[in-house]
Amino acid sequence: MSGNDRMRIGYIPLVDAAALVVAVDKGFTADEGLDVDLVREVSWSNVRDKLNIGLFDAAHLLSPVAVASSLGIGHVRVPLVAPFNLGFNGNAITVTPDLMEALCGATDGDLADPMVSARALAGVVAARKARGLEPLTFGMTFPFSNHNYQLRFWMAAGGVDPDEDVRLVVLPPPYMVESLANRHVDGFCVGAPWNSVAVDLGVGRILHFGCDILARTSEKVLATRGTWSQENPDRLQRLLRALRRAADFIENPANRGEVAALLAMANRIAVPQEIVRGTLEGNLKIAADGTRRAAAHYFEIGNERGARPAPLQAAWIYAQMVRWGQAPLSPELLMAARSVYRPDLYDAAIGDSACRLGEASGDGIGAFAGPSFNPVDISHYLSAWMQVPRSRPRLVTD
Amino acid sequence: MTKGRPGSDPRVRCANAPNNLTDQNLKIVIIDESAVRAAILEEGLREAGFTQVVRIAEMTNLLARVYAIDPDVILIDLENPSRDVLEQMFQVSRVVKRPVAMFVDQSDTASIQASVDAGVSAYIVDGLKKERIKPILDTCISRFNAFARLQGEVDRARNALEERKVIDRAKGVLMKAKNLTEEESYARMRRAAMNENKKIVEIAQSILTAAEMLK
Repeated sequence: MSGNDRMRIGYIPLVDAAALVVAVDKGFTADEGLDVDLVREVSWSNVRDKLNIGLFDAAHLLSPVAVASSLGIGHVRVPLVAPFNLGFNGNAITVTPDLMEALCGATDGDLADPMVSARALAGVVAARKARGLEPLTFGMTFPFSNHNYQLRFWMAAGGVDPDEDVRLVVLPPPYMVESLANRHVDGFCVGAPWNSVAVDLGVGRILHFGCDILARTSEKVLATRGTWSQENPDRLQRLLRALRRAADFIENPANRGEVAALLAMANRIAVPQEIVRGTLEGNLKIAADGTRRAAAHYFEIGNERGARPAPLQAAWIYAQMVRWGQAPLSPELLMAARSVYRPDLYDAAIGDSACRLGEASGDGIGAFAGPSFNPVDISHYLSAWMQVPRSRPRLVTD
Repeated sequence: MTKGRPGSDPRVRCANAPNNLTDQNLKIVIIDESAVRAAILEEGLREAGFTQVVRIAEMTNLLARVYAIDPDVILIDLENPSRDVLEQMFQVSRVVKRPVAMFVDQSDTASIQASVDAGVSAYIVDGLKKERIKPILDTCISRFNAFARLQGEVDRARNALEERKVIDRAKGVLMKAKNLTEEESYARMRRAAMNENKKIVEIAQSILTAAEMLK
């Protein structure tokens, strides 16, 4: 193996790093002649910075960070490419037992319906305001994250202004549960395994799976610098083939036990096997009393439709950045965002396959409220929310 | 931006004072769970004339703690997951009163590299001139590197102590089994190490393993 085939890849210990962990630990990358050093990191800022300056050749990255970095929003502009989608969905919104009780008291409807729960939240927020109480606080993982966008989408649909009516704070996932337990936050949106950990400890109840809010969102991608992908086309293709093989391995139910055992290792994700298994199966305990809930699309690793990056997903992410004031609206930025997702690089490595099924049904996002997403004309799409005064974005229902 | 601290406002300068006098009024927060490293850094900053240095060791409610201090510069170690909390401060919001920026910008890849290598990241309150706090980052990088060297020395010393113990125990085993003096035992191990091109501690370890198995 020549030194040329060494790669350093950064990741955050989360279940959606599974394809990377399996590709390396099952020897799929070695079979492709790659000597991969998987480097566990503690913050998305570190992953981003080390990828940007070349300490990492590739990384497990929040999809919105790949877009933000390419557009130069919030930080240094470094064009990244995403040639492989590592995971869809997988997040959940968890609330304290107190907030759950308050939501129950604010509606006669079924809280499993996100529109009912969002309106109930608006009721709780208004009641707290009337009583002069502090606004509710929700934790999420990063300003550029689906956790942030899912919380905002859900609240706003019920008439809650996420910037005015509540506090949204960034919390590192390992601190989420503790913050819920000691009431620094009333709820959070985070990925696996942290919702399950909160439920197991009896300090939280899972209110919604992320897929209740948005049926299909690109959660994490494999990202590399654009320049690196141009200078190392062969290495990139070999890595993508190893990841494809890993994704197939993970998707096979017969391998669940082995995958859960690999991910649970102390040097990888370091969480109990049962939690990893429940996440892979989309079957989670949602309340301390043992109530479970299964959802086929709770979490997906690059299955036959998923791994091939869809530019529509990048357009959706950019639309959220515009909606919440993180980015200005321009056709150029939309184009730049879309071009971060590179199905052509995926196709070059994997070849024509079932991945063509990647065009999902409907608008490809499946939001529980609002108009269909139009990835070409996002200003029209966004105007559905913008017709009300800018400081109070809410869904227009007429 | 510096409510109630007129002296520290970087825009307000005393006409006769050299620039660095006002710079030294900058309020610096160190977020580091390592008390030793934070102390080393704090000392370095004080030596460089920065006297308003506060350390935050407790990560819960970090944003509120940062605002209570209202710093101009925030330094955080890269092993700290709470770095992502600070990224939230890039934009003003209900929870973010004063936005920050990364100290290093696009044009300064050498500084980015140096600070990442040293394991530290610096954020400054937006609007503060970057060149004015360059000495802070430089101090930070050199002190973090000094800490890493110190840590390396401590680790090496600890290893040396461990090795010494293994060799002493193996010497004892040989003295007893072969009825040798201490010097003879040591000479034997050294000879074996030279012949096999190994370290003495490796030979000593195999003696201990063998002795354990032959018990």
